[in-house]
Amino acid sequence: MAQGQTKGSGNLIVLCAFLVGFIGALIVGWIVFPKVLYSKKFQPIDFSHESHQDSDCESCHYFRDDGTFSGVPNIDNCIECHEEMQGDTEAERVLVEEYIQKDKPIPWLIYAWQPDNVYFSHAPHQKLDCVRCHRDVSKEKSTPPVYINRITGYSKNTMKMVECEKCHAEQGASNACQVCHK
Amino acid sequence: MSEKHSSNTHEEHGKSKVRYGMVIDLDKCTGCMACAVACHQENNVSFRPDETDKTRNIAWMRMYFLENGKEYPEYRFSYLPRPCFHCDSPHHTPCTFVCPVNATQRDERTGIVNMIYPRCIGCRYCMVACPYHARSFNWWDPTWPKPLEEMLNPEVSTRMRGVIEKCTFCHHRLNKARDKARLEGKDPDGVEYTPACVEACPTGAIVFGNLRDPESEVSKLAKSPRAFQISAKLKTYPKVYYLSKEPWIRKLSDKGL
Repeated sequence: MAQGQTKGSGNLIVLCAFLVGFIGALIVGWIVFPKVLYSKKFQPIDFSHESHQDSDCESCHYFRDDGTFSGVPNIDNCIECHEEMQGDTEAERVLVEEYIQKDKPIPWLIYAWQPDNVYFSHAPHQKLDCVRCHRDVSKEKSTPPVYINRITGYSKNTMKMVECEKCHAEQGASNACQVCHK
Repeated sequence: MSEKHSSNTHEEHGKSKVRYGMVIDLDKCTGCMACAVACHQENNVSFRPDETDKTRNIAWMRMYFLENGKEYPEYRFSYLPRPCFHCDSPHHTPCTFVCPVNATQRDERTGIVNMIYPRCIGCRYCMVACPYHARSFNWWDPTWPKPLEEMLNPEVSTRMRGVIEKCTFCHHRLNKARDKARLEGKDPDGVEYTPACVEACPTGAIVFGNLRDPESEVSKLAKSPRAFQISAKLKTYPKVYYLSKEPWIRKLSDKGL
């Protein structure tokens, strides 16, 4: 009986050691490693999409006549409304004093920056919902940080080739190299 | 050049209505090499310290000098600009057939032989397979003379050491033209665009367009009695046609480049 007890407690110790190691490995793999791998960077201005609900998306994110997309707006767009301070927020003060008055472009960090050999155009993707690829910004009060992979230098949100290819195949779009690579 | 092949006859190809191709009129070409310079600039082709070494330099549009080998007064010469021919042979081009990693493929919707540079492993099979020497290998890290590095074209990615590169029919311009057509509500397939070499040619010797459009200038010229293909006997079906009235050039063209 006593022998059985020692055997049972021995198994328990093995089980505990296994669980401690297993959970430890999970914590390292799921929480510690991603934090080490990605550096956290903040946008130069804490832009609030929620405060701009009165204007259309197309006021800032629009197509140019040659088929290119404006993407992230810069001071040329901002100056249309923010030549002078309108409110009293810190973000607006930074925009007006640091960038618009100094005529300096805002060094936005791009959440979906693609490698140099990738060609992406918004024009063929007009019919898709923006949230198919981008985060939902409609109720967003401040811009989220950008996570940059320390090894590759690309953002965590950068779309991977497999996602492009999968959707292209589903939609019957061409998957030829030159459609997405330049 | 007794056999003339129409690229429209291959059942193996998809039913795409688009086949981009080029016609180069050698009777009009003055050998000024504006096409080669424009191509070099447009496509961020790097420079060697000694660009006169044509066995080592990189050229997407290479200029050949042809002579008929006779003494004056029968002596004749001609220039022949050579881009990639984007061969239309069934199933595969010589280069795409041998690529072990699918770094180069032919897009059956446009006929363009394309390339993903970072996927290339540098085995150079395609370079050997190409009968037209259209492919160049980056033996060294690409370099540009001092101010040119700031003048690189952002529409075209630069290559790295250890990969093959070649003419792309300026497909980045095709992509832009397609986007413009989409915004204007037009059909993006078969849209017309102009590669850099065609744009630069001062004599209008190079014509580019859709070979499958019977109304296009390029398809009409390709059926001209002056039209021929280089080494047509290899049955690579180049989509780049040449025009010349000179019998000796047509005879030379069967011997390859």
